[in-house]
Amino acid sequence: MNDFGLLDGFASALTPTHLLFAAIGVLLGTAIGVLPGIGPAMAVALLLPVTYAFEPTGAFIMFAGIYFGAMFGGSTTSILLNTPGESASVMAAIEGNPMAKQGRGAQALATAAIGHFVGGMIGVLGLVLLAPLIAAVAVDIGAPDYFAIMVLAFVAVTGVLGSSRVRGFASLVLGLTIGMVGLDPITGSPRLTFGVPQLADGIDVVIVAVGLFAVGEALWVAAHLRRKPPEVIPVGRPWLGREDVKRAWRPWLRGPFIGFTFGSIPAGGAEMSTFMTYVTERRLSKRRDEFGHGAIEGVAGPESAASASSAGTLATMLTLGLPTTAIAAVMLAAFQQFGIQPGPLLFEREPDLVWTLIASLFIGLVLLLLLNLPLAPAWAQLLRIPRPYLYAGILFFACVGAYAVSGQPVDLIVLLVVGAIGFGMRRFGLPVLPAIIGVILGPDAELQLRRALQISDGDVTTLVSTPLSITVYVIIVLLFVVPLVLRLRRRHAPSDDDRETESV
Amino acid sequence: MTAPARTWWREHSELGVSALLALVGVLVLVDTVVEGGLSGGDEDDPIGPGAVPLILGAALLVLAVLLTIDVLRGGHGEAEAGEDVDLDAPMDLRTVGMLAGVLIATAVLIPLLGWPIAGTLLFAGAAYALGSRTVVRDIAVAAAVSLVTWIAFDGLLGVDLPGGPLMGVLG
Repeated sequence: MNDFGLLDGFASALTPTHLLFAAIGVLLGTAIGVLPGIGPAMAVALLLPVTYAFEPTGAFIMFAGIYFGAMFGGSTTSILLNTPGESASVMAAIEGNPMAKQGRGAQALATAAIGHFVGGMIGVLGLVLLAPLIAAVAVDIGAPDYFAIMVLAFVAVTGVLGSSRVRGFASLVLGLTIGMVGLDPITGSPRLTFGVPQLADGIDVVIVAVGLFAVGEALWVAAHLRRKPPEVIPVGRPWLGREDVKRAWRPWLRGPFIGFTFGSIPAGGAEMSTFMTYVTERRLSKRRDEFGHGAIEGVAGPESAASASSAGTLATMLTLGLPTTAIAAVMLAAFQQFGIQPGPLLFEREPDLVWTLIASLFIGLVLLLLLNLPLAPAWAQLLRIPRPYLYAGILFFACVGAYAVSGQPVDLIVLLVVGAIGFGMRRFGLPVLPAIIGVILGPDAELQLRRALQISDGDVTTLVSTPLSITVYVIIVLLFVVPLVLRLRRRHAPSDDDRETESV
Repeated sequence: MTAPARTWWREHSELGVSALLALVGVLVLVDTVVEGGLSGGDEDDPIGPGAVPLILGAALLVLAVLLTIDVLRGGHGEAEAGEDVDLDAPMDLRTVGMLAGVLIATAVLIPLLGWPIAGTLLFAGAAYALGSRTVVRDIAVAAAVSLVTWIAFDGLLGVDLPGGPLMGVLG
């Protein structure tokens, strides 16, 4: 076994090439996070074809930099514009924007930036400590367990997030169906190709991801474009007073624990992490009345949780090969393009890649803090970019990405069709995430299912033959039953309230 | 169609999504059966390549029915919000149509004109569709973005983008 460890990772991450990749990643990521309409998942999808020319380590250092950079950048938009750049920074908008309106924008930005640094550091530390343990345990799990975990990912992503389950599952099954197109990997027979030879290769994941994220988003925004760009609150260099630090340090340290946990489980992601942290901070605060009007705790906690959740998401993706967010799904697709299978064996087979990547996360976080504190006013200027140029640029790079996949102009038409689907999904409230997870994880899940049945000679009970798979299916059932019980209770709740008012 | 009927359909336009799900479901089932999905597997592969597509096709039909029920009961999918999205404004399908046209034109023009020119037209055309009216500046920005991208991708990163006839002239 190769005993390449974290220190070797640092040695490799500190080479000029890898440092350059990290710097490009965090700068690009921050810009993407600041810019409206473009998120980290879209950015990584757009860059996938470009990175074919790179060695995988450099590409993943850059992708991870984009991920963490976008978390940083998203909070800038939330604070200065009151419209979150990423879904994870909704909480920052609730408290950060009122702070900016009161002339405390500099403090809000500093609180967010330091929060991301602290949260990211603790999160990546958690990744260093926990990932090898998870990988060591997961090495023994077999095809039935994998299949169960993947079903859990599908159900959790679909059923927990979003307001409508029917629409979530419709999106998931559409994604799974798209993933099915092409030659069957086991028997080589064509599936869902409708006799069209071009479809035999399947629909490239890059085109699906770019179409759903970039083209779908651009078309959707075009249909509803605000004719007047929103007001940006001007801001100076971020700084914090002694009183601010006194109020913020506890939330900074508490956030990562909630963030890492929720980031690492399916359906957690950054949204759930930041929301749970916000609720916790409000409950713990002595100045609860300030919440909603610019409480610094409400910026510090959720922002540090957001970056920690990224580390948690990476932990699950690297050790189990399981994406819990859209960007993790796209990164998984990137691993597959390079012929690397993330999972428990990754730490044994590719220790240099994994540890270099993890070391580069530490370096990237330091770079982000050094860059973002002085550069915040400059980043804010990005918000003034004319919207026609922004969305024309997104469409332009979407076309470059789709064309670069195989050099065929017809791919642009496929891209447009997928983009139209993405448009329709946004119009009718079908969430995009289940579809993309379905496309990327679906073929793998089918493979595990068939492998399990192959080993058991077609005996279906093999799927529930291990303690882990049984546990996972119980969790899935609970995910369905618990909300149902809660809804029934809520239906009874009004009568309870009535009784209380009567007794008063 | 009478006015109330038209309003009814507009309010229940999501039924179109149900219809689409059902259509995809039927197509998936038909194609799977035609391609021999019913034959099942063999010893090495007990369920065969057809099983999962059949399940997905059936699931699409079930979801189409469930969505129809939900919509008829008054359920609505929430349209997605965003920084630059003004949901109160009516949908501007003209802009969307123009952008789609620009993308199709790009696909046609790449083999004829190469990336630098086709990309310029793509960027400038999209900016125009999105409401920018500073045509000269738009074309200048578009040409710069397109040319820099082409040099970076084709020259530096080794991603093959055709230069087109213009590059023959420039040498």
